[in-house]
Amino acid sequence: MIPGQHELTPMENFMEGIWKQNPIFVMVLGMCPALAVTVSARNAIAMGVATTFVLVCSALLVSLIRKLVPKEVRIATYIVIIATFVTVVDYLIAAISLEVYEALGAFIQLIVVNCIILGRAEAHASKHGPVPAVTNALGMGLGFSLGLFALGSVREILGAGKLFGFSLFGPDFQPWVVMVLPPGGFFVLGAWLLLFNWLRNRKSAEAAPAAGAKGQRT
Amino acid sequence: MSGESRPMATPPAGPATTSTAMIATLGLVATLCGILIVSAYQGTLEAVSANKRIVLERAVFRVIPGAVRMKSFYASSAGIVPAEGPQPKEGVLFHAAYDQAGQLKGIAAEGAAAGYADVVRVLYAYDPARQAIVGFGVVAMRETPGIGDKILTDPAFLKNFEALDVSLTADMKTLANAVKTVKHGSKTQPWQIDAISGATVTSKAVGKGINDSAQRLLPLLVPNLGRLETAG
Repeated sequence: MIPGQHELTPMENFMEGIWKQNPIFVMVLGMCPALAVTVSARNAIAMGVATTFVLVCSALLVSLIRKLVPKEVRIATYIVIIATFVTVVDYLIAAISLEVYEALGAFIQLIVVNCIILGRAEAHASKHGPVPAVTNALGMGLGFSLGLFALGSVREILGAGKLFGFSLFGPDFQPWVVMVLPPGGFFVLGAWLLLFNWLRNRKSAEAAPAAGAKGQRT
Repeated sequence: MSGESRPMATPPAGPATTSTAMIATLGLVATLCGILIVSAYQGTLEAVSANKRIVLERAVFRVIPGAVRMKSFYASSAGIVPAEGPQPKEGVLFHAAYDQAGQLKGIAAEGAAAGYADVVRVLYAYDPARQAIVGFGVVAMRETPGIGDKILTDPAFLKNFEALDVSLTADMKTLANAVKTVKHGSKTQPWQIDAISGATVTSKAVGKGINDSAQRLLPLLVPNLGRLETAG
């Protein structure tokens, strides 16, 4: 427990990753898969589920053995654990659907070096019991998946005129091909970040006059 | 990283960790992880190979309409052997497709060549009776959507593979005419592939993939075709 920080309720702990510390839109972590695989909503969800699986499993194991692991070898231990679950999820995806496996390509293996996972293991799971660790990891995984879905759905709608493979606008729609190419990933991410920052600024601007008035009085 | 700010105070000096504890921890975690990985591998092995088989069958039946069964073989200078066994030296993999009555419908084989973004892996259907390629599909590609991936949808391009001539020379050592991709609109011979205008690199990859594969496979396959008619 960090001094000066109040203990989060389980709900706050879970919601942290979804809103306040969203890996994609607030912490801007894990950008490599976020930009590379989000050409369609289906790929985005598959990647989100795979990452959530690794996040939750590694958080649970790291939390369970947290008192056993000497701090000198903790990073090595966490990486071995994360790499293990990535290998497991790699086999599982190939067993479930080869199509998804081919579409995600090397980015499944690259989950090993996704900074959200090691970040959570180091900053949260290694300091908390299994239940809060898993709750927090689930929230982070869900927040990451939602972020990927926000990117993937917009890119698929604009870049292919489809959502989950279903045609939305009929045959006359001319797809914005750039949206499914790498630059499109940056455009859409930039647009989402713009929207969230605008919302946040508006919220703090609403709060500011009240705080300013209070400041003058004292 | 996580947004939690940590004061940089030095922690109270605890008892030093012994080397044995560090090695024991790493050893224990590695063993546990090893067991997890191996069980996941063993547990999914059957499903993964079944999946691969289904994907391959679907692709083969798409390029050879009417086929309902397929068998994979290696063609080598020593003859044709079933693909279940070990791959012979210089062996080329191909798939024989049969219809309901067990009649040979065609041969499917894979070719690959570098495209615009990555290797383009194609699957083509060979009709032994006409000595021609009569079907075409893509196994894997990462070509530009809307440009390179037109090789799968462009009707004019697909027309190239209705009867692409790959007949062998009289001594059956090589193709009589190498398969070649030519500039859009300049196809004059049955062994030429008319490129898609604007997607020449991908079109050329298709031609090169088919040519390289057919040059290796057909001289080994055609002299032994008789074996396949009965293998169904």
